[in-house]
Amino acid sequence: MRAWQRFAGRNLPLLVTALIFAALFGTAAHFYDGFFTARVFIGLLADNAFLGIAAVGMTLVIFAGGIDLSVGAVIGFTSIFTATLIEQHHLAPGLAWALALAAGAGLGAGMGGLIHFFRLPPFLITLAGMFLARGAGFWISTESVGISHGLFARISGYELVLGPVVFPANALFLLAVMLAGYVVAQHTRFGRTLLAIGGNEQSALLMGLPVGPAKVAVYAVNGLCAAVAGIVATLYTGSGNPSMGLGLELDAIAIVVIGGTLLTGGRGHMLGTLLGVLIFGTIQAAILFDGRLSSWWMRIVVGGLLLVFILLQRFFLRRK
Amino acid sequence: MRTSSPVRWPLAGLAALVLLNAVHDPGFLKVMLLDGHLYGVPVDILTQGSRTMLAALGMTLVIATGGIDLSVGSVVAIAGAVSAVLLQGGHSLAVTLAGAIGAGLLAGSINGTLVARLGVQPIVATLILMVAGRGVAQLVVDGQVIIIQRPAFAYLANGFLLGLPFAPLLVAALYGAAHLVLRRTALGLFLEAVGDNETASRFAGLAAARIKAGAYVFCGGCAGLAGVLAAANIRAADAYRAGENLELDAIFAVVVGGTALAGGRFTILGTAVGALLIQTLTTTMYNLGVPPAVAPVPKALLIIGVALLQSEKISRWLGGLGRGKTA
Repeated sequence: MRAWQRFAGRNLPLLVTALIFAALFGTAAHFYDGFFTARVFIGLLADNAFLGIAAVGMTLVIFAGGIDLSVGAVIGFTSIFTATLIEQHHLAPGLAWALALAAGAGLGAGMGGLIHFFRLPPFLITLAGMFLARGAGFWISTESVGISHGLFARISGYELVLGPVVFPANALFLLAVMLAGYVVAQHTRFGRTLLAIGGNEQSALLMGLPVGPAKVAVYAVNGLCAAVAGIVATLYTGSGNPSMGLGLELDAIAIVVIGGTLLTGGRGHMLGTLLGVLIFGTIQAAILFDGRLSSWWMRIVVGGLLLVFILLQRFFLRRK
Repeated sequence: MRTSSPVRWPLAGLAALVLLNAVHDPGFLKVMLLDGHLYGVPVDILTQGSRTMLAALGMTLVIATGGIDLSVGSVVAIAGAVSAVLLQGGHSLAVTLAGAIGAGLLAGSINGTLVARLGVQPIVATLILMVAGRGVAQLVVDGQVIIIQRPAFAYLANGFLLGLPFAPLLVAALYGAAHLVLRRTALGLFLEAVGDNETASRFAGLAAARIKAGAYVFCGGCAGLAGVLAAANIRAADAYRAGENLELDAIFAVVVGGTALAGGRFTILGTAVGALLIQTLTTTMYNLGVPPAVAPVPKALLIIGVALLQSEKISRWLGGLGRGKTA
C-alpha cells in the first residue's frame, strides 16, 4: 500500500492524464459507432505521428525548463530540403535524410549554445530559429515538390500485421521514437540531468552536473527529433512542402503539458506525452466522427485542456 | 548612470535602413501631395506599421513587468471577427468599436488574472489564448471571411485627416497619451518596480498584482484596437490569417527598441522606433525584391544580433573594449 501511495503521489499528473484519456475515449466510444476499435486507436497514433515525434523532443526541452518554438519550421524545412535533394539533385534518400538530420541537430545545437552561453531567453532565440528555418525552407522552394522515388512508396506502404491489429509505418515510427525518448528521459543520466536543471539550474551546477553540455545537447536532440518528424511527415504525404508543420510547435507544447509535464521544468514523464498524443488524437477523431463540429473546435478544446492542466499544476505546486 | 539615450541604437539602425533604401531607390523618400492627401513610401510605412506599433505599445508595458503576451495575434483575430459581426448586424460604429476593444480587454483580463492572481508563468498563461483564440475567432464568424462594407470603418485604417493618414495619427496620439500617463505620473515607475522585483515592490506598498494585471488588460485593449485596424485595412475579418505573427513583430519591436526582456525598465519612444524599424525592414525587403516568404530571415538575424548586444557577456566585452574598466 505504501509503495502504491508513493507511486500515486509522485505520478499524480500522469494518473490524471490517463483518467482524462480514458474518459474522453470512453465518451467518444459511447457516442459514435465504430469508435471503440483497434483501427481507430492505432489511427490516433498514425495520424499524429510527426506531431508525436516532435512532442518527444519538446518534452526533453521542457524537462530542462526550456522551450523550443522552432520545431514546426524545422519540419517544413526538412520536408522541402529532402524532397528537393532527392527529386532535383538525385541524391540517395539515405544521404538526404542524413543531411537533414544533421541540419536539424546543428540548428538546435546553435540555438542551445546561444541560450546557454549568452544567457538569452529560450523563447526569443528559438523564435528567431523558427524564422530562420521557415525562411530557409521557402528559399529552397515556395511550392511543394512531389516525390516519385520508389523507396518512399515502399516505406509508407509498409504495414506490420499483428493478428487483427495493423500498424502502419507511421505508427511504428512514432512508437520507436517514443520508446527511445522514454529510455533517454527515464533511464539515463542525461534525462535525470535535464530534470535537475529544470528543477533548479544553480543546484544542478553545484551538484557538479554538466549543465552547459546538457542544455546545448537537449536543443540539438530536439532539433534532431524535429528533423525526424519532418522526414516522417514527408513519407506520409509523399511530397516536400515548406509550409508543413505551421503552428505545430503550439500543439506539441500543448501535448507535453496535457501529458502532465511541468512547463517550468523539473517534473514530468515521457509516458504522459504518449497519453497527450492519444488525448489530442481522440479529440481530433471525435470531431471528425461527429461531422457536425467544425475543425476550429479542436483549437478551443485543446486550449481549454491546457487551461485545466496549468491550473491543476498550480494547485499541486501551491500545496507543496 | 546611463547618460546616452537608449534610443540611439534603434535610431541608428532605422537611419541606416532608410539610407540603404534611398541609395537603392531615390524615389523612396519622396512624399507627394495628391488630392490634398500625403502619399509616398514613408507614409505607407507609417500606415502599414500602425498595427505593429499599437501591439508593441501594449507589449512594452507587459514586458516592463517582466512578462510576455503571446496571445496578441489571436486577440487581433478575435477583435476583427467581433467587429465584422457587429457591423453585419447593423450596429453603429461606436458600438462596434466598443465591442471589439471590449473583447480585447476581456482577453487581456483573462491573461492578467492567470499571471497576476494565479501566479502562472506569463509564457504559459498567454499560450492558452494563443492556441484557443483563433478557434474562438473562427467560432465568432462561423468559419467565414466576412466582408465589411462600411466606409466609416475602412476610414479608420485608410482614411486621411487634414491630409495626414488617420491610423498613424491615432497611434501617435495613443503613444503620446501613454507617455504622459506613465512618465508624468508614478505609474511608469511602479511598472518598472514590479518588473524589477515583485516581492520588494509589494513590501514597499505597491499593489503589485493589480499593476501586473493592468498591463495585460492594457495590452489586450491595444490588440483589440489593432484588430479593428487590421479588419478595416483589408475591409474583411479573416479569423485565420488576421494578426498572424503580430505578437512576434510586437516583441521584436519592443526588444529592438531597447526595453529589457527581463523587465524592470522600458522606453516607449524606443518601442515606437523599434516598430518603425521592423516595418521599414519589411518594406525594404519588398523593394529589394526579396520574396515575402524569405523575409523572416533578416528579421531573425536582427533579433539575434540585438539579443546578443543586450546580453551581459557581450556588453562586458564591449565595455571592456571601450572604457577599459567597467563597474
